[in-house]
Formats: sequence, C-alpha cells, structure tokens
Amino acid sequence: MSTQSNAIPQSALASGAGSCKEISVARRFYWSVKREVWESRSIYLAPLAVAGVILLGFFVSAIHLPAKVREASGMTPMAQGEILAQTFGFAALALMATTLVVAAFYCLDALHGERRDRSILFWKSLPVSDLMTVLSKATIPLLLLPLLTFLITFALQVCMLLLSAAILLVGGQSLAMLSHLRLGMTWIALLNHLVVGHGLYYAPFYGWFLLVSAWARRGTFLWAVLPPLAIGVLEKILFNTSHFGDLIGDRFGIGGSNSKATSMFAMIADSPGLSHPGLWIGLLLAAIFLLAAVQLRRRQGPV
Amino acid sequence: MACIEARGLRKAFGKTVALDGIDMRVEEGRILGIIGPNGAGKTTALNAILGLTPYQGELHVLGRDPWRERDRLMRDVSFIADVAVLPRWIQVWQALDYVAGVHPRFDRAKAEGFLAKTTIRQTSKVRELSKGMVAQLHLALILAIDARLLVLDEPTLGLDILYRKQFYDSLLNDYFDRSRTIVVTTHQVEEIEHVLTDLMFMDRGRIGLHCSMEEFERRYLEVMVRPEQLDAARALKPMQERQGLGRSILLFDGIGRDTLSALGEVRTPSIADLFVAVIGKQAAQAQGAA
Repeated sequence: MSTQSNAIPQSALASGAGSCKEISVARRFYWSVKREVWESRSIYLAPLAVAGVILLGFFVSAIHLPAKVREASGMTPMAQGEILAQTFGFAALALMATTLVVAAFYCLDALHGERRDRSILFWKSLPVSDLMTVLSKATIPLLLLPLLTFLITFALQVCMLLLSAAILLVGGQSLAMLSHLRLGMTWIALLNHLVVGHGLYYAPFYGWFLLVSAWARRGTFLWAVLPPLAIGVLEKILFNTSHFGDLIGDRFGIGGSNSKATSMFAMIADSPGLSHPGLWIGLLLAAIFLLAAVQLRRRQGPV
Repeated sequence: MACIEARGLRKAFGKTVALDGIDMRVEEGRILGIIGPNGAGKTTALNAILGLTPYQGELHVLGRDPWRERDRLMRDVSFIADVAVLPRWIQVWQALDYVAGVHPRFDRAKAEGFLAKTTIRQTSKVRELSKGMVAQLHLALILAIDARLLVLDEPTLGLDILYRKQFYDSLLNDYFDRSRTIVVTTHQVEEIEHVLTDLMFMDRGRIGLHCSMEEFERRYLEVMVRPEQLDAARALKPMQERQGLGRSILLFDGIGRDTLSALGEVRTPSIADLFVAVIGKQAAQAQGAA
C-alpha cells in the first residue's frame, strides 16, 4: 500500500454538510433483517440446494413414470394419484427438515457470532436498539424461514408437476392422475402448517436457542441441549416421571408431522390452530426468553 | 452545554474497581486524549460513555443517559471501539447500504468519496482486506456520519506507522470542525500529542490530571539544569528529576518560565514524561499511604 493510495483528501469533505433525516422504525427493522440474510446465506442456500437435489432426483426417476402408470392402470385415479403424492410429500418434508436445522443453527449463532468476531462493537455504534436487533434475528426463524420454505416447496412442486405432465404427455398418457394430487388444498395446508406450526409453535425453541446464544461464552449447542436433557434425566431419577420430556416432545410433535398419517396432506392438515392455548403459552415463554436475550445483549461485550 | 458530564462515576467488576468514582466534564468542540496504562479504566470509562456498560453514579452524554438511551444517543455519537471490529463476512457495498439504511446522519456520498481514494473495492469482503484497509473502511464509515461526539479507543493499535499518521491527519483535516468533540485513547501518546486540545491521565480507576493543552504548556516546564545550579533548582521542588545526555532534567509544576530560564534550557515536557512524573508520584503516594 502506498501512502498515495491511502490518502483521504480534504476535498471529500466538501460534499454535503450532513443532512439529517429521520429513519422510521420499520425501515431500520427492514435493514436489520436484510443484514441477517446477508450474513447467514444458508437461510436460502440450504433449502435451494436441497430443492435442486430433489428436482434432479425426481427428473431421473420420472423417466420410469409412464411404466408405473401403466402398471397402475387397473387402479382408481385416486390410487394412481397416491403414487405421485408420496414423492411430492417427501419433497416437502425434506425441505421442512432442512429449514428446521438451518433455523436451529442460525439461532445458536445469531447473538454469539457477533460477540465472537467482535463485530458487536460495530453494530452497537449504530442507532439500532438491542430490542430491535434481537427481534430482527428472531424474525428469521419465526417468519422468514417458514415463508421461504413454503415458497421454495411451492416452486419445487410446480416444477415437479410440470415435469410429470410433460413426461405423461410424451408417453401419450392421460393427465387425470395429476388432478388427484390435490395440490391446491395441500399448499394452503402447508402454508398454515409452516407459519403456525414451524413459526409460532416452535417459537419457544427459537427463543431458548437465541437466549443461549446471547448468554454462553462458548459451546452454544451444548448449553442449548444439555440443560433440558439434564432436567429430563433428573426428573426420571427423582420422580420416575417424564413430564418435561413429554412436554418438549409434544411441542415438537405438534409443529412437526403426524407419523401415523399416510399422505403429506394428512400429515399437515391436522396442525393445531391459533385457538390452541398451548400456542399462546409457548409464545409467552418465547417472549420471556427473547426479552432476557435483549437484556443480555445490552450488557455483553465481545467474548 | 457540556458534551460529557460525569459525577461519581463508578464501576466494579467483582472486587476489582475499574472506575473509582470519577468526576469529569468535557466541553463541546474539544479533542480530549485519555492517557493511561493498561487496566487504568480508560476503556471502562469510554464504555460507560457509549452506553455499553451499566455504571453507578451520574453520567450525561449530550444531555442523555447513555445506558438507558444508547440507540438514541448513537445518532449523535459514533465510535471506533477497537481495530478491525467490522464483521468479516460483510462486503463493502453492504456496509454502506446498511449504515445508510439505519443511520439518519450518514452521508453515503461522502463515505464513497473517502473510499474512492483508497484501494478498497466495493465488492470486497472485509475478510479479504488487510488490517489497515479494514481500519480505513471503518474510518470512512464513521467520518461520513455527522456526529457531535466521536469516541476512539485505541483506533490504530497494531497498524503500521504510515497508516497511523494518515489516520490522525484525516481525522483532523476532514472531520474536526470545532463544533464536534473527539475523545481518543492510545498507547502511542506522541502520535496524538499535536492533535489534542485537552489531556487526561488515568490510573487505577482515577483521573490523575485533566487540563487543556494551553494549561499544560503554561503549567509544566522542564529544565535541563546546568550542574552548578542543581541545588538552586532542587530548592524549587521539582516534580521529578531524571538524567538525560549527561544533564539533570527537572520537571516543574507552576514555576514561571522566567524563574526557570535562569537555571538552564527550558522546554515543554512531552506528555509521556509528564505522565510518568504525575502518575509515578501518585503511585508512590498511594504506596506510602498504604
């Protein structure tokens, strides 16, 4: 580096004496969320990569589709539709699982990474409150990832549908079986399942992970997992009961899939609604965790 | 209105007292250098001023309580708390976009103007830049913010000498305009000596000295005393006596230049020498008292 190239000239000062405009809360929040997406590109890269792999796999296997349809020609159109529905359901489940893993790791790193790389000292030099920072980070698993999962699943299933139609047409077969996929209904159920189940029902999990992320100096994953595990084990030893474990298992099961259901639609259609009291208790718990994380971030410096 | 006003500012970490009830007042338009050894409490004091740490006592920065109103205060205050704290993943254009998105007083064109004079490209990631370039980027972002108070805590630590000199030149030429206030701490005292309007010494959580540079120059003088006048000079009770170039150098507090010039060559001491004299004396007194 030469001195020349480093020199910052006085002429640069001439431009603008610094106009002071107000920036709305919404705008600062928008930029805070955008910053999170810039930093954690796995938020969209991971589900896109999984979707790409699924599409490729589907393309390869779709070559055998006409043969399968011929075999199933004796079946009702409904049963024929089931052949494809299973594949479509698998695609949606794979994407849900992917974004859940992304959400968990995102939360564990969200308030720890900025302390680890000392960038918290830069973020805190800007007029963004700790509350806004924590809420913008919580928005990723609570809202952004469920919506993104839906959009990517939707796009993937549309691609799969078009591909199936093209292959069936080339094979000179009827498209009747595709109408039995009931994709329209499934998508509405999926959106509800993702926003209410993955977003709101899992909120206490995300809140707890963010709290651990704000608190732990290192080993965020262990701090997030071991204390709940210890409580479960202790309960088992002391009282020979497993209420705590059941509580967590039930909560995860509510948002997750019903393993007894056979089709994707059945798996997600029985997602509990907004009237379920458990939802609101969970949200309250999540709010407590998040407020604790805000207080911790106020006090915490680099680790 | 004072830019910074503290009364009985105290902060302890467990049994370690980092700030032992300090009082300070910094007027607007000053450039204050805080000098002190490691662990003197400089960073703790700055963290309190910036709302990064809770404290006991009274503290107002631009009329606000920093701990309660950090985010509001940060519209008028900017700071560089350490070297290379920009996130390593961020690209230069993203940093510009983000600061422009959240800071009402950020002038993006001005920041781009600074960057255009460096070798930093907008598509570069911070992790690809050298330490000096990261500091340049940070400075470009901070100097483009029209803040009333700028706080710099060891902003040039670990940078090479060319960059350090240019850093302070930019600060003085492109930023300081007598309405802004700058507070800076550094170990390299000699590099900021000519920049400062005010001086503060800190040691063990206390303020050892706080004066303007004019007062410093008026009050403290050191004399290279001629050997035959050494006894007469010592009678004036110097703060400190040391040997240099075969001559005794005596440092005086509040003795007139006319009186001293009869004893030998008179000059203004360096900040480093005065620091050793002031803090060394206080440390000795503290030990004597204990």
